[in-house]
Amino acid sequence: MTGALSHFRICDFTGQLAGAGATKWLAAFGANVIRIEDPVKQGRWDILRGTGPFIDDRRGIDMGGAFNNHNTNKKGITLNLRTSKGKEILTELIKISDAVTENFAEGVLNKWGFGYESLKAIKPDIVYVSNCGFGHKGPYSSFKTWGPIVQAVSGLTFSSALPGQPPAGWGYSYMDHTGGYYMAMAIMLALLERDKSGEGQWVDLACTEAGLSLNGPALLDWTVNNRPMRQPDGFSSNRSQYSLMAPHGMYPCSGDDEWIAIACRDDNDWQVLASFINEVWCGDYSSLENRLDRQDELDESIENWTKQKEKFDLQDRLRQLSIPVAAVQKPGERIDHDPTTGNFALWPTVTHSEMGDVRVDGLPVHFSETDWEMTAGGPCLSEHTEEVLVELLGMTSGEVVKLREEGVI
Amino acid sequence: MSALDGIRVIEIASEKIAMAGKLLGDMGADVILIEPTSGDPSRSFPPFVDDEPGDNRSLHFMHYNTSKRSVVLDLDSTNGQSVFCNLIKTADVLIESEPITRLADLSLDYADLVKIQPNLIHVAVTPYGRNEPSSDLPATDLTLMAAGGPPWSCGYDDHSLPPVRGWGNQGFQTGCHYAFMSILTALLHRNISGIGQFIDVSITAALNVTTEAASYSWLVNQSTVQRQTGRHAQIVMTAESQVLCADGRYVNTGVPPRFPAEFQKLITWMTETGLAEDFPEAVFLEMGAAWDGPFDLSRIGEDETITAIFMAGREALLLIAASVSAYEFFTGCQRAGLSVGVIYSPEEAFEDEHFKERGFPVEVDHDDLGRTLTYPGAPYNLPLNPWSISRRAPHLGEHTEEIMASLRDLS
Repeated sequence: MTGALSHFRICDFTGQLAGAGATKWLAAFGANVIRIEDPVKQGRWDILRGTGPFIDDRRGIDMGGAFNNHNTNKKGITLNLRTSKGKEILTELIKISDAVTENFAEGVLNKWGFGYESLKAIKPDIVYVSNCGFGHKGPYSSFKTWGPIVQAVSGLTFSSALPGQPPAGWGYSYMDHTGGYYMAMAIMLALLERDKSGEGQWVDLACTEAGLSLNGPALLDWTVNNRPMRQPDGFSSNRSQYSLMAPHGMYPCSGDDEWIAIACRDDNDWQVLASFINEVWCGDYSSLENRLDRQDELDESIENWTKQKEKFDLQDRLRQLSIPVAAVQKPGERIDHDPTTGNFALWPTVTHSEMGDVRVDGLPVHFSETDWEMTAGGPCLSEHTEEVLVELLGMTSGEVVKLREEGVI
Repeated sequence: MSALDGIRVIEIASEKIAMAGKLLGDMGADVILIEPTSGDPSRSFPPFVDDEPGDNRSLHFMHYNTSKRSVVLDLDSTNGQSVFCNLIKTADVLIESEPITRLADLSLDYADLVKIQPNLIHVAVTPYGRNEPSSDLPATDLTLMAAGGPPWSCGYDDHSLPPVRGWGNQGFQTGCHYAFMSILTALLHRNISGIGQFIDVSITAALNVTTEAASYSWLVNQSTVQRQTGRHAQIVMTAESQVLCADGRYVNTGVPPRFPAEFQKLITWMTETGLAEDFPEAVFLEMGAAWDGPFDLSRIGEDETITAIFMAGREALLLIAASVSAYEFFTGCQRAGLSVGVIYSPEEAFEDEHFKERGFPVEVDHDDLGRTLTYPGAPYNLPLNPWSISRRAPHLGEHTEEIMASLRDLS
């Protein structure tokens, strides 16, 4: 395929999601992403390689469903960087790469002899993007993180909560996803700079800083008005924040663990909803001020009203009234029954060399001229080693066999 | 020099895409915000400077509109449309979140604009995509999040409590992250091909693919994750990982120790603080410290010794947590090599020495208020292209005159 980014080659050490998510984007637009893994540890630094979900009863380093999801369209090679030959091969690969990417703990790549100064000596205009929780500089640079730790320390866990409860946080690694987005941005910004000036650079991405930047108005409320988000009675993050609305929440529906989100943006939305509910208590809440002041009471009345109703049916009815509403969708509902995701071709099927055909997360964008493509699943361990060494580095198959015997690949 | 120096962006003001314009502007693009005569509604969103409502006092607007200029244009008027076209002729990128047929109805959609600016990159960010009529249904961040998937995974073990949507328009922001990534991709492509394109970004699609295991567990084997207090939603309920410390604040305990060095550091720490004496399972920590290699976590529950050692590590963390402050637990565990985190409120994170030393808080001059205000800073550091807030958020139409003059100079 000739994609928007087909003219770039990425020497990629990323893993998990915070790193792999970034190069997944690049690969979907055609970048030649070559993922380098350790043959001694069988690539297990990326814990997702061998962990579930699994497609069937088979287990092993090539069977991880999450790994497959995050590494579509990438090549996978193994290189033992403890050996001098492994280092030589990496050096040759860096010479023909545009960027080196990693999300190790601070200092790991440097310890192997491939810190930024070495990378630059090999390829003067190389773009190097490191993504680690606290960055490579500062008092906590040696601290280790994974998504939930980044979310905890950057304030995002705290800012997702109901009153009188501990933080609810995020039930997934929001900052692995989003850290990956910021990493992809950093790589592309640095490539744009290289297009212009011919110069490379090292971008020291700290995932926690990207996380902190996602609560901007709350931080300004602190620095300007001294108002902390930590309040004695807590707060409901389901309620409206900046654009004030009420009702505004998640309400129970009939069935097991079924919910609906309803928001009234203004008095008009509320009047329309109130006429539809058509109960006596609705008359008590004509002004926004009144609804905000008595929101607990209001929410309780609405809960009593919604809990006998089926969520999709109520969604349809309120949509007809032009009130902001959405059923809280379960994974199967939004993936297989919500026509908007299917219409958007959001769940492409890729072919994995061991697993066969598997559906994965696609990208939520479409380009009119150079759209993304996902056809190949995540690479099996060392799946493309021979291809890369022969086709890109000009080795013979005989040399590759020897390297394998010597434990270099 | 800025990475996006020389790139002009036209942004048709909307709360949904303001963050994308900020990401562009703070990296040096010339972002021109087009607002109706009445101004973008988010100009009146709280909180306000000193809690006093008024013009140019919304901290919400101020945050999301840094490094932009404002032009008032009535896109429904012939004159406004003609100025818009003149602006597009000077632009590289158009970003908008209008109702799906509005620009076509005004003859200002990509098909029209590409005739006057052939290499334009036009990005439409809508709730469900540009071809989906439901994109025109009224929506808020809350409803888009509910439809897109995140709240299903967020909340508490107690499922009589509702699913939780995180604070602060994270749904809009996720759409904006994808819009910005798309623009950078299209610019890199334009550098070699000379061509622009139309890009359709769906906010709910963005959320659908930002839920980690919730989506891929269904895609791979049709299993459904369940929300759990302060930790990952999973198919089965897992052990708690969020605990209260002695100072009444929470920490995330991460993955309990599983390497000998981690057990050794834990023993040292507990001995120093006098906690080891009250810990009957200390002997298992000693065994962990003497263990040959890491644990095979998959054998927990099957191998009695591994289970006892692993559980002792977990218990030790809980005991320590109950005896020290959340901050001491965080730094102490991290110094012992354990990946744990203090659960900071945003302002506590902002005040932490680590972020201060890295220069995260930045000062922005507000000539209009006669003072400087402290803003959250760079999400990434490009040494050759420093992120920077080049100007405070614009007043309504503050740059109309200067931009009109520059267009007249061109003609």
